[in-house]
This record gives sequence, C-alpha cells and structure tokens, in this order.
Amino acid sequence: MENALYRLFAIGVASGLTFAATTAHASGVEAGTLIANTASATYTSGGSPGSVNSNTVTVRVDELLDVAVSGTAGAPVAVGSGTVALPFTVTNTGNGPEAFNLTVNPAVPGNQFDASLVSIVVDSNNNGIYDPGTDTVLPTGSPTPSLDSDDTLTVFVLVTLPSGATDGQTSELRLTAAAVTGTGSPGTAFAGQGQGGGDAVVGTSGADDDGLDAMVASTANVSLVKSATISDPFGGSRPVPGATVTYTIVASVSGSGTASALRVTDAYPTGTTYQAGTLKLDSAALSDAADADAGSASTTGIDVLLGDVAGGTTKTVIFNVKIN
Amino acid sequence: MKFWQYAVVIAVFQAASIPSMAAPANAPAAAPASPVELAGDVKLVKVRDENGRKVQELVEPKVVVPGDTLVFSTRYRNGGPLPVTDFVVTNPLPAAVMLAPDGAEKHVVSVDGGKTWGALAGFQVDDGKGGKRPATAADVTHVRWTLALIQPGATGVLTYNAIVR
Repeated sequence: MENALYRLFAIGVASGLTFAATTAHASGVEAGTLIANTASATYTSGGSPGSVNSNTVTVRVDELLDVAVSGTAGAPVAVGSGTVALPFTVTNTGNGPEAFNLTVNPAVPGNQFDASLVSIVVDSNNNGIYDPGTDTVLPTGSPTPSLDSDDTLTVFVLVTLPSGATDGQTSELRLTAAAVTGTGSPGTAFAGQGQGGGDAVVGTSGADDDGLDAMVASTANVSLVKSATISDPFGGSRPVPGATVTYTIVASVSGSGTASALRVTDAYPTGTTYQAGTLKLDSAALSDAADADAGSASTTGIDVLLGDVAGGTTKTVIFNVKIN
Repeated sequence: MKFWQYAVVIAVFQAASIPSMAAPANAPAAAPASPVELAGDVKLVKVRDENGRKVQELVEPKVVVPGDTLVFSTRYRNGGPLPVTDFVVTNPLPAAVMLAPDGAEKHVVSVDGGKTWGALAGFQVDDGKGGKRPATAADVTHVRWTLALIQPGATGVLTYNAIVR
C-alpha cells in the first residue's frame, strides 16, 4: 500500500487542471477559505464493531492575483473637437479583493495620431455610459477602488484630438491594469499579503492585463467664399451711388466631423448702407433684430450664428447694401 | 516525527477557528481506545519543468490557489493484537475541492452525500433543467475504501487527489 500513494498521485497529476467549478466564483474558491479534510473508519475487531476518526488536516486557500482588461468601444470612436470617452472594463479574475493601478498609453505602434489624455474616470453609477459630473475622476496615480473577485469595473479614458491630426486618421489607445499587491511571472508569491492572512500569488495573467480601443479622427474644415452682384438704378451693374450690392457668403464644411458653433460675421464696406430686412440664411429671411433667430444686422455689420454644422453641409448667407 | 507536529498544529488551529467544524457528533468521546489509528495528511502537487520534462513532486501545501492539485492521504495502522475486519474508511470531500477527474474512476464514490456508493460512471445527477446528466468528478461528495482484513501491525495509506475549485 505504501507504493499506492505515489502511483495514484502520478495518475492524478496527469489530469490537467480542467474542471467545472460549482462554487459561486468563476475565478475559484475565495481566498482565505479553509479546506479541512477528515476521514473516518468503521471496522470489526474481536467480534465487536468500532469506529475512529482521523485528525483533520486544513489548508488555507491563498489569493490569486489575476485581472482581465478589455476595450469595449467596438467600432472606432470618432474623436472630433470635443472630449470623448473610451470605455474599458477591468475584471478581477483573481479570487480575492484587489485594487488595480491603471496606466494609459496613447502611443500604440501603427497610430497615425496619439490621442491627448485628459483623465481616467470610473463609471461610478455603473451604467456603462460616461456621465460627466456623476462619474468619478480617478486622481492621477491612484488605483481603482478595491474589486471583489469576479467583479467588473467600467472605466472611461477621456481623450481629445491632438492638434495636427487630420480627418480620417486612425489610432489606438492601450489601458493597462496591474494588481496593486504586485505583478510578475505566474507563481510569484507575496508572503502574507493575501486576503485572510495567506499569501498573494500571481496567476496566469501575470496580475496585469491590457486592452485597446480604436479611434478615428473626425475633423471639419470650413471655407468661406464671398461674392457680390451689383444692380444700379439704371438697370445695369455699375457700382454707382444708389446701386444695390447683394453679398453672398457661402460657408462650406468638409470632412467627417462637425464644425461647432460656426458663426459668420461681416462688416459693411465703408460708404455703403445696409438695406433693412434683406438678411437671409439659406434663402429664409432673418430679422435684423438680435432675437430668437440665427442672425442679426446692426448698423455696422451682420452676424449669423450657424451653430454645429456637419461636414458636407453648405450654408449661404445673403444681405444687401446700397452704395451711398 | 515532523509529520505529527504538523498534524497537531493543524488540529488545534482548526478547533479554535471554526467551532462548528470541531469533533463530529458521532465521535466516540469516551470510547475505549481504538485498535486502529488513522492519520490524515495533505500534500500539494508541484509540477517542475526539468530540461523540458514535467517532473511532479509532493510538497508541503504552503501556498495553495484555485486549480492546484492536493493529495489527501489517510494512513491506517492496526495497533491492536487482533485482526481488524470489514474496515471501511469514508472521506467526505471538503466543499472547496473536487475529486481530480483523472483517476476518479478508480475510486468508490458517492454523489449524494454518502447515501449510495459505486463507480462514478454509474451515477447520474440532476442537470438543473429538470433532467439528468452523467455525474462527473466535480459531483463527487465522498470517497470510500473497503479492506476486508488488516493484520495486527499492518499499515497502509489511502489517498485521493483533489483539485481546488
């Protein structure tokens, strides 16, 4: 029987570690759990029955440090003139509570531009959507809150487009999460630093992982073209006193992005007078007063707020002046 | 006798920390000394890579994490003057481990808390969807060994391999 121990042992090890966990945690038994084993025996000796228990041997489960990170944006995120949020998930795939240090690397090989980092934000209300003012900015150098085993935290990396990026350029950004207790090659142990007083042991992930989100630059270019036609009092087109000049300003927005808060202003030429009620935007009349509509005309010039104008759109402003 | 020192320390620790798992109710508190002694032990299987060959060794379970394989052993000894017959050793599996799938077929097991016994391949369990499915090593709740006779002074070791869930 002495040899049986080692024979059985060899068979058991060859099994590999495929197993279907039936306990609550996908990542295994919670760190700090005590595994206590006792055998008992019944027998007959000298004609009478007997029973006996073995001593109980106990093993404490140590803490496995493991993490998984994913960029969850899916399609490349359009980065235009504002701040955009790149979503990532950080999952504690270890078996004990652990916090993770997050680092952002916007310079991924193959990038056509490197995004400018604004901040890392924790999805405090856990709705998967970046809510400015509600979700908490992670102070620089601070780790995530502690995550229980199997818990997933959504974080947003806020970025802006760097100057010089042009429409359609692509980029990736890498987020890395590393266990605060420590990282290293699998099996590296941190004595006494596990939950429940045991050791913390680096798991197969190396206790760190990273994920990527893709971006595409979405910029808009605005061109303004101004033209004039003259109508003189004699039915001709000469710039004589009393002639009416119709100015046409065409604002063309190109690119995949949006020109935000686009505003067209123009001062009347010296020696001309604005003709009341002639200001138009895309052939719709605008009142001269500064009021609810988009435009106004003062004694010195016109001012039309076009607002956010998507690429591929053209806006036309028209007004008349009379040569004094 | 390093082994015994270890076992005693463990037993004290166990009783102090989890009172509910102290001596089972059916323990013979004031029974006459048993002719049979059972001594439990546990070792961790460590696989080393030695020049490309996987070498397995048993070590003290200092660091144990999910996925590790443990070898639980029970050494028996008939210390009495008479033969012992109908010797049946029963070992409930701790909840945090499962029977190692490889070699599981060599054991006499129970998947229902010790009510029925047999080879794993013969058992079915609820599949959680109103039906049945073949039992797997993860379903095993107990292992059992039966020895017809132990002569006075004879010893042996009974083991099972378990994987930390």
